Amino acid sequence: MKFATRSDLEEYIGSLKKQQQEQRVLVCMGTGCLAKGAEAVYRRFAEVLAREGLEVSLALEREDVTEQHFALCSTGCMGICETGPRVRVEPHGIQYLRVRPDDVEEIVEETLKKGNIVYRLVQSEVLPDGRVQHWPLIKDDPFYRKQVRLVLRNCGTIDPENLDEYLARDGYLALAKVLTEMTPEDVIGEIMKSGLRGRGGGGFPTGRKWQFARMVKADKKYVICNGDEGDPGAFMNRCLMEGDPHAVLEGLVIAGYAIGAQEGYIYVRAEYPLAVKRLRKAIQDAYQAGLLGENILGTGFCFDIRIKEGAGAFVCGEETALIASIEGKRGMPNPRPPYPAQKGLFGKPTVINNVETLANVPAIILYGAEWFRSFGTATSPGTKTFALTGKVKNTGLVEVPMGITLRELIFDVGGGIQNGKRFKAVQIGGPSGGCLPEAFLDLPVDYDSLCGAGAIMGSGGLVVLDEDTCIVEVARFFMSFTQSESCGKCVPCREGTKHMLNILQKIVDGKATLEDLALLEETALVVKDASLCGLGKTAPNPVLTTLRYFRDEYIDHVVHKVCPAQVCQAMREFWIDPEKCRTCGKCARVCPVSCISGRPKVPYVIDQAKCIKCGSCFEACPFDAIVIKWRRKGNA
Amino acid sequence: MEKLEPEVALGRSFEKVNAILEKHGYDSTNLIAILQEIQEEYRYLPEEILTYVATALRVSPAYVYGVATFYAQFSLKPKGKHIIRVCDGTACHVKGSEKVLKAVREYLGLREGENTTPDLLFTVETVACIGACALAPVMAVDNEVFGPMDEERARQIIEEIEKRSEVS
Repeated sequence: MKFATRSDLEEYIGSLKKQQQEQRVLVCMGTGCLAKGAEAVYRRFAEVLAREGLEVSLALEREDVTEQHFALCSTGCMGICETGPRVRVEPHGIQYLRVRPDDVEEIVEETLKKGNIVYRLVQSEVLPDGRVQHWPLIKDDPFYRKQVRLVLRNCGTIDPENLDEYLARDGYLALAKVLTEMTPEDVIGEIMKSGLRGRGGGGFPTGRKWQFARMVKADKKYVICNGDEGDPGAFMNRCLMEGDPHAVLEGLVIAGYAIGAQEGYIYVRAEYPLAVKRLRKAIQDAYQAGLLGENILGTGFCFDIRIKEGAGAFVCGEETALIASIEGKRGMPNPRPPYPAQKGLFGKPTVINNVETLANVPAIILYGAEWFRSFGTATSPGTKTFALTGKVKNTGLVEVPMGITLRELIFDVGGGIQNGKRFKAVQIGGPSGGCLPEAFLDLPVDYDSLCGAGAIMGSGGLVVLDEDTCIVEVARFFMSFTQSESCGKCVPCREGTKHMLNILQKIVDGKATLEDLALLEETALVVKDASLCGLGKTAPNPVLTTLRYFRDEYIDHVVHKVCPAQVCQAMREFWIDPEKCRTCGKCARVCPVSCISGRPKVPYVIDQAKCIKCGSCFEACPFDAIVIKWRRKGNA
Repeated sequence: MEKLEPEVALGRSFEKVNAILEKHGYDSTNLIAILQEIQEEYRYLPEEILTYVATALRVSPAYVYGVATFYAQFSLKPKGKHIIRVCDGTACHVKGSEKVLKAVREYLGLREGENTTPDLLFTVETVACIGACALAPVMAVDNEVFGPMDEERARQIIEEIEKRSEVS
């Protein structure tokens, strides 16, 4: 099917809507569920449905089907990846978790044929009074109740590898509207009015970015979709590219039209093979349908999209480094100005937008800026997707309106902390962001509030930390990440991150002094001020926020040599229980520093001053006579 | 198990490099994709080939070498047949990825500084984030993601792959 005009497309979509099968079995095929065996579940469904004669294709005349006929559909991410593989039965909205191939017969028999719910497979929670609460329907599930799915509207609902599925949900109608009714200025005006801000983390108004590039006169311009989601702990963009690739493409073409570009690139990190595969398929299908390429929908507008795969460099998420990488060079950033909007890819004006920003665009065009502004706050309209992970009960992909509080996000959507532990902090914004303590739980999640607290919105990684997480160790972890990802071009970042990492290592090893702590803070401020690009400028954030909100914990490590979370290995002590010691001498033989002494019939003793806490003796002792004691304040 | 003799491999499939270069139009802006495909073929980037690629693309060998050493994905040393990537992203880190890595390395008998087993069957790498944080801690073997991991499961997975390799 190739669409020659807008009315062709509209007619086809109209007919698709009439034919679309509503009775569906949706099997999540996101990376998370695939890792848990979703493919076998899907295959089993296909077998059983075929055997029972219940299977129909996704698009089929409705008269031919009975209530027992179902279409089988593999979708993108549904959200709570931890409970995968997930299966949803539509139109009832019944959701099943941890489905195994063996469960399929029962689901077909009970749910598809009789409309009953298989309770052992639904989301449930044991209430404090011992009763079990079930949430078989998606609309009742507390995980979804506070979510607003604009960007993820299709994710987990449609088959991402089937263009018809996207079209049936008004796909590419925004593009048709833009090309036939709106001038580029109209498009930019609408996006400006919507107040859409860059979802990659910085929060720069998207409309303004487009306007800058529009105003520059050049023979060639480019738009780039930044899918180099490198923050450890973030996977929102991956889910979006895997679950609804056409929305990203449509947004990119609209952006191209707005600024006057005819070529677009999607830069995807190498670690996301499934996203690349699905984007490639989507691009191929869009070309075949005449929604990409020459003379789109008969309007004379031409647009080409290419995929560029990254090769594993975090700094390439920075826009000037990303441009260098697309040009086939080392991904090192360049000073700005000139901004990419003036002089970007191959020296031409270039707009770079994040995956999520672009996926917002079609809906804004279709439903209007006013509609978009009805979500979120005045300065941060719309929604934001987050990858909710760490020590939270419901880990997975979520989308919430801006302005929701961290408490709602973590405790209502996320279901609170795992294993009844205490909340300690939330790390937001990845290696460029910060750790916020309990006092900030009622902070609204929007660009400006988070910035004020020393964190950043970031691209949407949200890692929840509980009382068993050592804040200093987390800061060291992020620093080791940025240090190894620093490209080495500018001195403050290259040397500064190395020094900060050394000091943090000294702290967790229990060898630091208060002078080290002061030096750490001073270095952090210099790196923040003097680095060339965003990576270096934000690298000290995890250190600075933890120093600001968890200074006591640093002091515990530095002065008292105590790790309250019992994580830092150097803060332990090994003792031999004289009652249990059979004086075999194994421990003394394995000790690499010969600090264990004793002789037959006399219990062995560890010299605490010499012990390096390696744990060799603990592993060697056949009688469990060696005990680990965590140092506490006061008994050091 | 197939053995990798660089010299033999070079002589035999230089034409593959040519085909890759041809496919990318001898265009240096496609250098990263070219190197990715070469690495797919040889499992690493042999130095001789880097020089050859530089000549073919009319850029200096230093330029190609610079790109090859900049990106984490590229390796100038032979890699194993199976790449085990243990994720050490934030979510995996707070859920104990270090223990998984230690178990994997111990099981394969890798000494410090070593990432590839002497029989070239396995290479162990850490990555900053696979993007499957909800399953943390995770481990990927050749693009297949497994999680949540513990020491025991990690060992089992490698054992299974070892068995499969023996059969084939």
